[in-house]
Amino acid sequence: MIEVRNISKRFDHKEVLNNIQTSFDPGRVNFIIGRSGSGKSVLTKCVVGLMEVNEGEILFDGRNFTLMSRPERKIVRQDIGMLFQGSALFDSLTVEENILFPLEMFGTMSKAEMKKRVDWCLERVELKGVNKLYPAELSGGMQKRTGIARAISMNPKYLFCDEPNSGLDPQTAIVIDNLIKEITYDLKCTTVVVSHDMNSVMEIGDQINFIHQGKLSWKGDKREILYTNNEDLNRFVFASEFMQEVRDILRRERG
Amino acid sequence: MLTEVFSKPERLSIYRKRIVEEIDKIGIQSIGIIALLSAFMGAVITLQTAANIDSAWVPKWTIGFTTRQSLILEFSSTIMSLILSGKVGSNIASEIGTMRISEQIDALDIMGVNSASYLILPKIVAAMFFFPFLVVISMFLGIVAGSIIGPGSGVISLSDYIYGLQYYFEPFQVTYTLIKSVVFAFIITSVSGYHGYYTSGGALQVGQSNTRAVVYSIVLIMISNYIITQLLLL
Repeated sequence: MIEVRNISKRFDHKEVLNNIQTSFDPGRVNFIIGRSGSGKSVLTKCVVGLMEVNEGEILFDGRNFTLMSRPERKIVRQDIGMLFQGSALFDSLTVEENILFPLEMFGTMSKAEMKKRVDWCLERVELKGVNKLYPAELSGGMQKRTGIARAISMNPKYLFCDEPNSGLDPQTAIVIDNLIKEITYDLKCTTVVVSHDMNSVMEIGDQINFIHQGKLSWKGDKREILYTNNEDLNRFVFASEFMQEVRDILRRERG
Repeated sequence: MLTEVFSKPERLSIYRKRIVEEIDKIGIQSIGIIALLSAFMGAVITLQTAANIDSAWVPKWTIGFTTRQSLILEFSSTIMSLILSGKVGSNIASEIGTMRISEQIDALDIMGVNSASYLILPKIVAAMFFFPFLVVISMFLGIVAGSIIGPGSGVISLSDYIYGLQYYFEPFQVTYTLIKSVVFAFIITSVSGYHGYYTSGGALQVGQSNTRAVVYSIVLIMISNYIITQLLLL
């Protein structure tokens, strides 16, 4: 479990995160949603330690990440897997080398075991025959899958996905969503997905955190979204007439 | 940043592999341009010296002597380093800068890798190791080119050129130039690595980082050239 306790983050004098308190449960897909510029990416960067918070604490299974020294953080980070918005695959390495990278850097496996692990990861994300290709030779969806394969290579306890569907067609987006969901349940990891894609949220979201103007404005599960009175959330989720119609139909059907 | 760069590597075997890769990228792939420039500069220095010595009181072997001194003392270390700051420095800054804006450095940090050390240390070590070889290649080829072009164009005989090369030779001058090359290698790789590592924004900012990396490297090379010369030669 990841606990976020009253964190605030300022850039110069501009408050980007204001006293956010939430938690991300293990074995579930936890979403952070919000409009562009709402602070959701900053929140994620603070949680994984890419940015330092001005106030508050972040706890990984009770371990206070905020107070940790660099070497202590390094140990926690080996339990973290992250899929970046642009995949962030290393250009100079092949798909296989990308997935091998954390294993070689921190793993204790033999070469044969590492090779097996790479094959398992690629099979898990349904990528075959691409071991020797470079990231530039892959499609966007394949790059995302490779990113997921790299993220799960160390068997992470915490999986972070930053806009996993950005730039993907709806069909590929659903494949990536399902992959994230399956991996979360299989590995029982604490998954945090940052997104503003409501399709993904309604498809795989177990718990949703809505950030608005740097504050946690709403928290609940996807069913509750249909009935919420939170105006900001309603404006965000049901921005289009189509979504409003869908909401009304679902409300009628579900009473 | 330098304390991070020089902190203990996570896994030495990976760093060793990275250093070998960087020796190839920074050093071996620079041999061509260094060889070409050195050969032409050696030839031009020989011809220009000959063209400027028109007094019968100045012996012909002065041409060989001047070519040797120019190459050893300044051209092969300082001028070559200025050229390499353009080739190697901009390459380092753009490579690391692009990794920064495409979140590849964040990916390293998330994994728990000391990204500054992983990316920059092998480049510094590779350059400090290989630059002296480039300088030796440059001195050798410049002198050889002079020995071909001088007698070939009839401005000096080969025996006069060789006499000039050997005249009042101080081996310490080679040591001095090799020391300079190691210092310049450190400046180019660390300054470029720094500017690449702290790039933020997009393609425009990567370009600006490249420019800053090259300009700062050149300025620092010139300042350190003066300081080293003052300390070692006088």
